[in-house]
Amino acid sequence: MKIRTFFYTIEQGVVGIFKNKWFSVATIATISACLFVFGIFYAIAFNIANIVQKAEENVSVTIFFDEDITEERIEEIGEILSRRSEVGRYEYVSAEQAWEDFSVKLGEYAEGFTENPLENCANYQIYLNDVSKQNQLVSYLEGVEGVRKINKSDFTADTLSGINLVLVYVFIGIILILFAVSIFLISNTVTMGISVRKEEITIMKYIGATDFFVRAPFVFEGMMLGIIGSAIPMGLLYYLYGLATELISEKFSFLSFLKFLPALDIFQYLIPFSLLIGVGIGFVGSFFTVRKHLRV
Amino acid sequence: MAEKKRKKSAESNPMSEYAIYLEDVSKTFSDGVPALSNINLRVKHGEFVFIVGVSGAGKSTLIKLLLRELKADSGTVFVNGFNLMTIKHGRIPKFRRTLGVVFQDFRLLKDRNVYENVAFAQRVAQKSESEIRRNVPSMLSLVGLAGKYKAKPKQLAGGEQQRVALARALVNQPKLLLADEPTGNLDLYNTAEIMKLLETINEKGTTVVVVTHNDKLVNDMKKRVVTIKQGMIVSDAENGGYFDED
Repeated sequence: MKIRTFFYTIEQGVVGIFKNKWFSVATIATISACLFVFGIFYAIAFNIANIVQKAEENVSVTIFFDEDITEERIEEIGEILSRRSEVGRYEYVSAEQAWEDFSVKLGEYAEGFTENPLENCANYQIYLNDVSKQNQLVSYLEGVEGVRKINKSDFTADTLSGINLVLVYVFIGIILILFAVSIFLISNTVTMGISVRKEEITIMKYIGATDFFVRAPFVFEGMMLGIIGSAIPMGLLYYLYGLATELISEKFSFLSFLKFLPALDIFQYLIPFSLLIGVGIGFVGSFFTVRKHLRV
Repeated sequence: MAEKKRKKSAESNPMSEYAIYLEDVSKTFSDGVPALSNINLRVKHGEFVFIVGVSGAGKSTLIKLLLRELKADSGTVFVNGFNLMTIKHGRIPKFRRTLGVVFQDFRLLKDRNVYENVAFAQRVAQKSESEIRRNVPSMLSLVGLAGKYKAKPKQLAGGEQQRVALARALVNQPKLLLADEPTGNLDLYNTAEIMKLLETINEKGTTVVVVTHNDKLVNDMKKRVVTIKQGMIVSDAENGGYFDED
């Protein structure tokens, strides 16, 4: 592309935005509305995912050792655990530590015990990376020499991985629906805007303009509208997110277990992603709509 | 010099002698209605030709074939040396830059002034700004609109709008000017002015093809007249005449 064609494209793209004010406003409003709804779902979904993840981090598998196990073997089992991809982290709890923790719960009743009743209860407390892999780890550990017993919670693990799965499906579904709706709305808006300029395109083609020369300003215009249309809802959502999380934390103390993600955590991905979607929608919408009019 | 070059090129490629070379060209619309049947037409470089006929005779279809807006179903179509039966879509812009086109309804860009409308054709042809600044004013002088370069199309009379369209068509120095009913929306005075301009342009070496059904205009000019009736060429005469049956 020649430099003057490049500048012509930019100039005409910008002129086009202002020349067709109502079309531009309608397009920006459509993209903004779609990305606003998308942003809300994104923020909700990521907060739920965060809460689930926090819950998952507290799900543990406990393994107890054979009574005659040596210290060396316990260490070897620790090394085996460190090599397993399902394991996030693990802690060694000695028999003394186990009794100390438990006696706190027992309170004064603990004083009646002269010996450690949990003598054989030294264990590894294992926290998983992904609770859905609990069974996989457990069946492996069952075959490890020196492991006597394994405690796990199927219900918690199944529930959490179920929530995770539902969340992924719902999120994908919402994105697909919103994407389809926005493409439909935007292609209609672009079609309206371009039909006004159909004559201009026809004249350009008669004069000998290449498809690229005709299309480039429209595509640039579409992409600019996409950027503006995505920047507006992102700015608005950034402000509203801070306001909403603050309000919920202050006014609804019974929801204190909900720990919201900081705005930065949400928006560091949401903003570039939305800009990309906005630009993509603008590009696709204008590229294909102009194509229909190029066959002159 | 140009004549010598043309002769040499004509020896190597017989089509290069002609601005328009049509042989056995037929076109039928998708609904089965024949628009043109076995058209044979040869227009040499530098000629001035009227193509006449009543409404629906096939004149507009012929213009569309010459612009490669439509493709003929069969036959041979060469315009300015381009084979329009085999030309690829990507080469059509290059071909069209060898043409100038004028329409009955002017087809100016309403939101741009006279200067910008003419400069637009140069921009499409990717001319530099210095070339545009040089060419556009001289073309506006030729059509007598140098003083109105800032005016928008709606501020101009019909005849003036057609002159802007002519300036736009000519600014890229096309070899062939196609004018589809260029005086259809003009009064007698402006019709005469536009025709004078077309003659001047032709005298400067541009081939001019005017499609019209204005019999008075055709008969006054005493040029070559090709008459189309029901999609067929029924006469082709130098210094010909035409009687509008409409």
